[in-house]
Amino acid sequence: MVFDGEAAASLVKELRLSFNSGKTRSYEWRISQLKAFLKMVVEQEDQIVEALRSDLAKPPLETVVYEIGMLKNSCEVTLKELKQWMTPEKAKTSITTFPSSAEIVPEPLGVVLVISAWNYPFLLSLDPVVGAIAAGNAVVLKPSEIAPASSALLLKLLGEYMDNSCVRVVEGAVDETTALLQQKWDKILYTGNGKVGRIVMAAAAKHLTPVILELGGKSPTVVDSNVNLEVTARRIISGKWGCNNGQACISPDYIITTKDFAPKLVDALKIELENCFGKNPLESVDLSRIVSSNHFARLTKFLDDDKVSGKIVFGGEKDESKLRIAPTLLLDVPRDSLIMSEEIFGPLLPIITVNKLEESFDFINEGTKPLAAYLFTNDNKFKEEFVKNVSAGGLLINDTVLHLVVHTLPFGGVGESGMGAYHGKFSFDAFTHRKAILYRGFTGDGSIRYPPYTDTKQKTMKALVAGDVTGVVRALFGWS
Amino acid sequence: MNNNSLELEETVKELGQYFKTGKTKSVTWRKNQLQAILNLVRENEDAISKALYQDLGKHPVEAYRDELGGVEKSAQNSLDSVEKWMAPTKSNIPLLFFPAKGEVLPEPLGVVLIFSSWNFPIMLALDPIIGAISAGNVVVIKPSDQAPACSSFLANTLPQYLDTNAIKVIEGGGDVCEQILLHKWDKIFFTGSPRVARIVMTSAARNLTPVTLELGGKCPAIFDHLSNPSDFKMAVKRIVGAKWGICSGQACIGIDYLLVEEKYSSEVIELLKKFIRKFYGDNMVESRVLSRIINKQHFERLCNLLKDPLVAASIVHGGSIDETNLFIEPTILLDPPLDAEIMTEEIFGPLLPVITVNKIQESIGFINSRPKPLTIYAFTKDDTFKRKIVAETSSGSVIFNDTLVQFLCDTLPFGGVGQSGFGRYHGKYSFDTFSHEKAVMHRHLCLEIEPRYPPWNKFKLEFIRLAYRLNYFGLVLHMLGLKKHN
Repeated sequence: MVFDGEAAASLVKELRLSFNSGKTRSYEWRISQLKAFLKMVVEQEDQIVEALRSDLAKPPLETVVYEIGMLKNSCEVTLKELKQWMTPEKAKTSITTFPSSAEIVPEPLGVVLVISAWNYPFLLSLDPVVGAIAAGNAVVLKPSEIAPASSALLLKLLGEYMDNSCVRVVEGAVDETTALLQQKWDKILYTGNGKVGRIVMAAAAKHLTPVILELGGKSPTVVDSNVNLEVTARRIISGKWGCNNGQACISPDYIITTKDFAPKLVDALKIELENCFGKNPLESVDLSRIVSSNHFARLTKFLDDDKVSGKIVFGGEKDESKLRIAPTLLLDVPRDSLIMSEEIFGPLLPIITVNKLEESFDFINEGTKPLAAYLFTNDNKFKEEFVKNVSAGGLLINDTVLHLVVHTLPFGGVGESGMGAYHGKFSFDAFTHRKAILYRGFTGDGSIRYPPYTDTKQKTMKALVAGDVTGVVRALFGWS
Repeated sequence: MNNNSLELEETVKELGQYFKTGKTKSVTWRKNQLQAILNLVRENEDAISKALYQDLGKHPVEAYRDELGGVEKSAQNSLDSVEKWMAPTKSNIPLLFFPAKGEVLPEPLGVVLIFSSWNFPIMLALDPIIGAISAGNVVVIKPSDQAPACSSFLANTLPQYLDTNAIKVIEGGGDVCEQILLHKWDKIFFTGSPRVARIVMTSAARNLTPVTLELGGKCPAIFDHLSNPSDFKMAVKRIVGAKWGICSGQACIGIDYLLVEEKYSSEVIELLKKFIRKFYGDNMVESRVLSRIINKQHFERLCNLLKDPLVAASIVHGGSIDETNLFIEPTILLDPPLDAEIMTEEIFGPLLPVITVNKIQESIGFINSRPKPLTIYAFTKDDTFKRKIVAETSSGSVIFNDTLVQFLCDTLPFGGVGQSGFGRYHGKYSFDTFSHEKAVMHRHLCLEIEPRYPPWNKFKLEFIRLAYRLNYFGLVLHMLGLKKHN
């Protein structure tokens, strides 16, 4: 059966009816769904690990840490704090509206759409879904077709564990996504690239649907010379090749360091790379493969340029039949080369050298704002300058990627790397409308509000608007 | 400023370069600009009132209450609070990552574009500018060309008070808007109609520019039976003030239509008529208390709403028009057909449909079958009904037993949902809307967590499982080899 515009419209209609029945609003429903979700992730861990092995040859530990572990954490935090998140927040009121009381009530947006990516197909599908459900919405998930085993498993598992009248999965590619985007949603959360992000936002514009776009960019890593080389090298490796072999939106994309320090950094990276992945990294089971032949071709294209391949100082081995590329270091590729103008999203790590490390700020700010930026240094002043001058979705000093795991920090981009954020309570907020409620009574109304407008009324009103108690008294007594 | 596209490109480039100097990030610069706005408003009260009278026939008291006063309050509040708002917010980091520090640091987005609308041409331009400046951005403001006197005022006066390198006014109509939208902005803040909002957002999508859309909708007022006569009177007064006393109904938060139980409708209508006469007199054009309709186009739009014979037949008060003065009398209609344009489109004018229901609770279903409005007003003393309204309807905001005052509450987010828009502002929300909240985490290079690194094995896997559960005791046992792992 083809999933076309008609099917999409009918799906949205069905979910809207479910939402309008009010069932997703209750605390009980939300908790029951989150508990079912947690059960699913725990009981089906083996199946999930298998699907990711099939789609990406992802090492089981990476799946457990980044996909399952993070999802469980997300769910557990939500289960623990949901009641508090759902509680209306009191707002202060001033003399201008005296007597009155006010509060801000969080309410679900309605029927929302989550479109996820192929590199962390479970995490990036389900973490937003957790947020949507916690906020009381009905949700449709469209997983990426580039990770087909994961997509199929998501369809199966969500069908088995979740309330199908309110939570649904639609599999497919461009046609199905287009059909979904033609519908009116109350919110769309998209994870992926800038090109499709633009298409999603333009489609959303037709219905005035707010969007969250989690995109990417070239996440720079600045390395100072006063650091512990071994720890620095290992943390860079963990964030680059330890994360889906560099196919992650917040992987360090490239390094900037001084000309003097670069050789030492390269040596440290070589040693630690061997410690982690052995002498034959193409055979290592601890590295994901490249997801598809399209992406394999995209990555090898970066190396087609002689001016770039000539700068390889480590690695560069590839195996097309197995879609594997070894961890590759490049030193001082030309700044206008393709590898330095597009997001790499793979196991190639260019190292750019500068005379003075301060030059790195200008270098970074010349490009578009990335999703993450990293700095390794022990110089506190330099840390301060970096935080002040570098704009990115998030910054992490002396480590890579970990800020993703901290649910008290908002995760999202700025500029080309996206708009909006989620994780932890930010996920709840992402799918919530904060409705302002003002309660007034029938006392305390002055005739000053109504015509005919006299001088006294005008003066009193001025004072009231400004919240000036003395002014009000004076005006009323005719003293001003 | 004329609409030469090369000049526009230069302007945008210059603004970007000025922003890069970092000058607008300093708290001193921001405070100076906010003080300058305060001075501008205080020193030009007469000129502003005059411009508002010219564009809309607005009475000086309305002008102060709805525009000047609001701007003063907002600027003062921002001036007092901006330093606090700029401070980073600490985030708790799990002990597992010790030693670590986390915070969320607000930073300006860069070059922002503000479109303001014609009905509150001073307030809806300056209030967002206040937000953009407090957040440290540079700004282009494009005032509505449908309020030309106010647009001129802003173009001539803002440069006299504010940093002209950072805040620029671009005047013009639809063609200028089109030109402006071709450029890349770091944020667009739009107040206006859903139709134009779609155009703005579609343009913004080309550059992945985030937008805030402050739109409108049909704001209903639910009028429950109030047994106390003085409460009843007060409610009607407030409704009259909120319909005709605010730019003659040309306001996004004005009451669009009334919902009342059939058996009380005549009582309500009689009292409405009484207060209309009391506030606005018999000769409304001369009394100059009511604003006029902004221009011929909107005047004709409103007259057309009444042309439908079934609609015309439902008029129970008013209905007379003065084409020369662009004046429409406060008009009340009783149960016009629900599929007529007056009940499907936002009215934005001095026509008030009174819709009767059998039981007031039916209002909820009535409202829910229509697009989400910016505000729902409800006059009731029934606490159960109040809770039901809050729980079962959706709107930007809900106001009980009064009208319009939420606009002056800078502790409440002001914005819509669904067709009434998205995003919000006022008070700190204005600062937030023009900021990027940057997550910053600090770690140290000592104290390593070994199991983070490949090659992977069962020990490392179990470690990470325990770490995720923040099971510190288990972790210690595991490290000491005292925990069994399978």
